[in-house]
Amino acid sequence: MLKIEGLRAEVEGKEILKGIDLEVPAGEIHAIMGPNGSGKSTLSYVLAGREGYEITGGAVSFHGQDLLAMEPEERAAAGLFLAFQYPVELPGVGNANFLRTALNAIRRSKGEPELDAMQFLKVARARMKALSMPEDMLKRGVNVGFSGGEKKRNEVLQMALLNPGMAILDETDSGLDIDALKIVADGVNAMRGPAFSSLVITHYQRLLDYIVPDKVHVLMGGRIVQTGGPELAHQLEASGYGSVQAA
Amino acid sequence: MPAVTETIDAVQSVTQGAYKYGFETEIDMEFAPKGLNEDIVRFISAKKEEPAWLLEWRLKAFALWKTMVEPTWPAVKYPPIDYQDAYYYAAPVKKAGPKSLDEVDPELLRTYEKLGIPLKEQAILAGVEGAGDTPAEGGRMPIAVDAVFDSVSVATSYKDRLAKEGIIFCAISEAVREHPELVRQYLGSVVPQGDNFFAALNSAVFTDGSFVYIPKGVKCPMELSTYFRINAKSTGQFERTLIIADERASVSYLEGCTAPMRDENQLHAAVVELVALDDASIKYSTVQNWYPGDENGKGGIYNFVTKRGACRGARSKISWTQVETGSAITWKYPSCLLLGEDSVGEFYSVAITNNWQQADTGTKMFHIGPRTRSTIISKGISAGQGQNTYRGLVKISPKATGARNFTQCDSLLIGDQCGAHTVPYIENRCITAKVEHEATTSRIAEDQLFYCRQRGLSQEDAVGLIVNGFCREVLKELPMEFAVEAQKLLQISLEGSVG
Amino acid sequence: MNALMEHNASEAGAAGFLHRFEGLRERLPGQGLPWLASLRARAAEAFRAQGFPTRKVEAWRYTDLAPLTQAGFGEPLTPVDGALVLPRSAAPKRLVFVDGRFREDLSDEGSPARSLARHLPEAEGLLGSIARIDDLPLVALNTALFEDGALIDLGEGVDGGVVEILSVTSAGRPVAAHPRHLVRLAAGARLVLIERAWSAEQDPAEGEGRYLHSPVWEFVVGEDAHVTHARLQQEGRAGLHLATTFARVKASGTYDSFLLHAGARLSRSEAHVTLAGPRAAAHLNGAQLLGDGQHGDCTTFLDHAAPDCPSRQTVKTVLAGKSRGVFQGKIHVHQVAQRTDGYQMNQALLLSDQAEIDSKPQLEIYADDVKCSHGATVGELDESQLFYLRARGIPEGVARSMLIEAFLLEAVEGVADEAARAALAEVVAGSWERLA
Repeated sequence: MLKIEGLRAEVEGKEILKGIDLEVPAGEIHAIMGPNGSGKSTLSYVLAGREGYEITGGAVSFHGQDLLAMEPEERAAAGLFLAFQYPVELPGVGNANFLRTALNAIRRSKGEPELDAMQFLKVARARMKALSMPEDMLKRGVNVGFSGGEKKRNEVLQMALLNPGMAILDETDSGLDIDALKIVADGVNAMRGPAFSSLVITHYQRLLDYIVPDKVHVLMGGRIVQTGGPELAHQLEASGYGSVQAA
Repeated sequence: MPAVTETIDAVQSVTQGAYKYGFETEIDMEFAPKGLNEDIVRFISAKKEEPAWLLEWRLKAFALWKTMVEPTWPAVKYPPIDYQDAYYYAAPVKKAGPKSLDEVDPELLRTYEKLGIPLKEQAILAGVEGAGDTPAEGGRMPIAVDAVFDSVSVATSYKDRLAKEGIIFCAISEAVREHPELVRQYLGSVVPQGDNFFAALNSAVFTDGSFVYIPKGVKCPMELSTYFRINAKSTGQFERTLIIADERASVSYLEGCTAPMRDENQLHAAVVELVALDDASIKYSTVQNWYPGDENGKGGIYNFVTKRGACRGARSKISWTQVETGSAITWKYPSCLLLGEDSVGEFYSVAITNNWQQADTGTKMFHIGPRTRSTIISKGISAGQGQNTYRGLVKISPKATGARNFTQCDSLLIGDQCGAHTVPYIENRCITAKVEHEATTSRIAEDQLFYCRQRGLSQEDAVGLIVNGFCREVLKELPMEFAVEAQKLLQISLEGSVG
Repeated sequence: MNALMEHNASEAGAAGFLHRFEGLRERLPGQGLPWLASLRARAAEAFRAQGFPTRKVEAWRYTDLAPLTQAGFGEPLTPVDGALVLPRSAAPKRLVFVDGRFREDLSDEGSPARSLARHLPEAEGLLGSIARIDDLPLVALNTALFEDGALIDLGEGVDGGVVEILSVTSAGRPVAAHPRHLVRLAAGARLVLIERAWSAEQDPAEGEGRYLHSPVWEFVVGEDAHVTHARLQQEGRAGLHLATTFARVKASGTYDSFLLHAGARLSRSEAHVTLAGPRAAAHLNGAQLLGDGQHGDCTTFLDHAAPDCPSRQTVKTVLAGKSRGVFQGKIHVHQVAQRTDGYQMNQALLLSDQAEIDSKPQLEIYADDVKCSHGATVGELDESQLFYLRARGIPEGVARSMLIEAFLLEAVEGVADEAARAALAEVVAGSWERLA
C-alpha cells in the first residue's frame, strides 16, 4: 500500500531524513519508534505533503501512485490520513461544519454522494459515542479550547469518519492519560482490516500495548536502523535507544 | 441547521469568479440634465411632487453643501470628483401602476430575475398589486422588498399585509406625500443637512429610498428589505432611508446593493436615519456588493454613506450589521447616539478589500445616557492591493454613568501587497464607565491551511473556510437567508487572492 | 471662528519665538560652524512655515498649546548662579543643566555624558540626523534655539554604566529652555540613562512660575547595542513640558524606554522610534499621574522598518481632580517588516468625575506575516479586588491606593534593566503618594 524508497528530505538546508526505506502492505500496522529529533515528525509531514520540506531524493508510492507529486488534499482524497501531534486550532470554524466539509470533499473525490446535515449528524454522533466524546464538541470551534486529550480524540474521530486506507498517527499518545489512550487505541483497532494500514509513530512502547503492531521500526538519525516484531518495542522499553545505537 | 454551517455548500455552489451582477438593463430612461445646481434640486423636488417645505429643506442643504469641502481624513485615495459631470436623476419611463405581470416592463422583470430575487417576490417587485398576500413557497418567512432602481422606487411588496399591523413600508417619496407629518418630524433629525459634505449633498438631491414606521407595541412580522440597483451610466445614486420604531416596536431591515460593471466610477452617497423610542429595537443589516472595479482598479462605485441611529428611548436598541464586499471605495461609519437610559448600540462589520479596493469604515458610539452599552465587532480582510481601515470612536459623556463598551477589531491579511489599519478613538469623561478595546492583526497561518488540506479541502476552500470562521461572530448576526448569501460573497470577493 | 482665533494665537506665539531667534542667533553656541548655522536657519524657516500645531492637526487633536502660545517667553536667557535645591542623584554620574545650560559646578566629573555646547564640532553628522524638522514644528524650534544639552558617544562594546541627566528650571521667571541631547551607541555598547526634568520650585501657586522646557533627544543605537532611557518628568506644577525623542535602532539593538509624567501643567512627550535593522527591539512603557489642572499627553510613533523586530508598549494613566490624559500610539509596519511582533496596551483609571482620558491606539500594517495587537481599557478599580483586600481587614483607602500603585507598577515591569526598574518603581510609587 505504502512504499518508501531511499527518501531524503531537508529542512532549511539541514538533512533530516537520510534515506528511508519502508514498506507497509495493506492490512498491516507498523510502528515507528525513535528518540526525539530522529526525524519521526518530519517523516509524517513529508508523507502528508506539508510545505517547508525539501525532498532531495527517493520516492514514495501510495496505492501505486507517486505520492510526492500530489497536493496535500489529493493525498487525503487518496486515503492518506495524518493524525497530528499538535492538532491545529481553527477559530470560528465549527467542528461539525469542518468534519462534514472534509468528509464530503473526500466522498466527492471518490464519486460517492455527499451527506446532508442530518445524515452527517447521525454518523458523527454514533462515532462520537464510541469515542466517549461529548456532543457539544461538534458545536465548538475546531480544536479551540479543547484539552490535549480532547484534541487527540477529535483526531481519531476524524479518522473514523474519513475512513482512510492509511493512517499515520504522529505521537497521538503524547499527553493522554491511560483511559484516553485506550479509547484512541480502540478507535484504531476498530478500523483494522485487510484494506486498512497504519503507521504508528511513537516515542514510547505504551501505546503499542493497545495497538499491537505487525512490525516495529526504529528510526534514528534519519534512517531506519532496526526492524523487528512487537517484541522489539518491549526490548527498547527495557534497554533504551542507547542499546540500538551500540548495536 | 444554522446558516453558518452551510458555508461550504454555499461556497461550492459558486462556480464563476467574476462579479455576477455586472450586467446592464436596456430600458427607456428619463434623465435630469447633467450637472448640479439649484435648478436640478428644484427639478428633482418637482418630479417627486414635493411640498414646499421639503424643497426649502433641500435648498438649504444645497446652500450648506456649497460652503463645505470634501473630507480628506479617510485613508483612501481617489482622483477629484467632478460633481458637475453626473446625472442626479435617472428613472425608468414607467406607465402608472401596472396591474399584472404582463404589463410590467419585461426588462425590469429580467433584471430582478438575474439578480436572484425569487419569482414570487419578483411579481411583487415589479409593482403587481395583490400578489403578495400568500407566503412564499417552502414555508419560508416572507420578506417585504422595496426595489430602488437608480433614482426611483419601482415597487414595494407586502404593503397591504404590513398595513394591517399599522406598519408603513414604502418609498420615501411616497411617504412624503402620504405621511408628511412623520417625515417632517424625523427627516434630518438624526443626520442634519449640514452634518458632513456627503450628507449635505444627499439632503439636496436625494431621490428615493425606503421609509419605515413601526407603531407602538408592534413587532414587524417579516423582514423588510430594500434592494438598491444603480443601472444608468454617469449617474449617482442618492437614496435616503428613514426608519422609526415607536415605543416597544421592533423591526429587522436589510439592504442589498449591486451595479453594472463600468469603466467609470459612480458615486453613491446615501443617508440612513434610524430612530428608536422607548423599548424599541431596530436591526439594520447591509450586504453591500456594489461593483468593486476590475482587477486593475478600473471602475467601481464610490460608496460614501452616512448612517446613524438615535436610541432616543429608554432601553432602546439599535444594531448595525454590515458585510462590505463591493465598491471601489467605501467610506461609512454606521453610528449610534445612545441617549435613552440603558439603551444599547451594536456594530458588527465584515469588510473585504481585494484587488485595488479601499475601505475606511467603522462606527461611532456616543454614550450620553446612563448605563448605555455598546459592542463593536469588526473584521477586516485585505487581499491583493486592498487597503482596509477600521476607524471608530467611543465617546462617553460625564452623564453616562455606568456606561460600557467592548470593542474587538481583527484584521486578516492575505498577501504582502495589501494593508490593514486600525484607528480607534476612545474619549471618556465618565468615572464609572468601562471601555475595553482589543485589536489584532494576523494572516492565515500555514499550519491552518495545511491542516484543512490534509483533511481533503482544496486551498481555495480552506481559505474560504478559515475566512468564514474569522468572520463568524459577525455573520451570525445576519438574518439566515442573507448569512448564506454573505458567505458566498466573501468567497467570491477573495477569488484570485491566493496562489 | 474658534479655529481662526486659535490659528491667530498660534501665529502670535510663534512670532515671539522667531523674534527671539533673530535676537539670539549671533550669540547661540556653534558660531563658526557653517553646517550648524545653516541647520539653525533652515529650522527657523521650517518653524516659521508651520507655526505651533493647532488641534486641527490630527496628532494634536487632544492637546491644545494655547497655554504656550498665549504666554510670553520672549526674554533672552540670563544665567542663574548660586545654590539650587537638587533632587538626590539617581546615578553615580550626573550631568546638571539649569534653564537649558550646562552647570559644570553641579555636575559629576568623569561621566560619559558631556556638554554638547562645548563639543559641538563632534556633533556634525549626528545632530539632526534623525530628528525631523519639516513636519514637527517643536523640533524645528528646538533645532533653531538650543543652547546646550548632553552629548554621549559610546564606542564599540563600551558599557557607559548608569548616567543621569538632570534638567532644572530655576522657575519664578518665564524662561524657555530647548535643550538638545544626542546619544550614539556603537555596536555592542550599553547605557542606562536616567533623564529627570525638575523644577527648583515645586508646587508654586497656579499661574506662577510658568516656564517652558522643550527638550529634543536623538538616539542612534548601533547593532547589538542596548540603551535604557528613563524619562522622569517631575516639572513644577505650572511648567510646560514638550519633549520629543527620536531613536533609530539597528539590527539586534534595543531602545528600552520608560516615561513618567508626574509634574507640569501641560506635558506632552512624543517619541519617534524606528526599528531599522532585523531583530531590533523597542519597549515604550510609561505611566502618567495627573492631578487637578494637569494635562498629560504620551504620544508614540513606532516604525517597524525591518523584519523580525519585536516591540512592546504598556502605558498606564491615573487621573485625579480636573485633569486630562492623552495616549496616542501608532505602530506602522512597513512591507519589508515581515514577522513583526508588536504589542501595545494602554490603560487608564479615572479617580474623579471631572477627569477625561482620550486614547488613540493605532495600527498601520503593510506586511502580511505579522502578529500585532493592541488593547485599551478605561475604567474604575476592580471591585472584586477591592473587596478581597477589605475582607482581609485593609481599610478601603489603603486598599485603593495599593491597587492603583500596583496598576501603575505594571508599566515599570517591562523595563529590562534591573537597577533602573527598581529606581523607577520607587519614583512612580513616590509620585503616586504625592498625588493621592
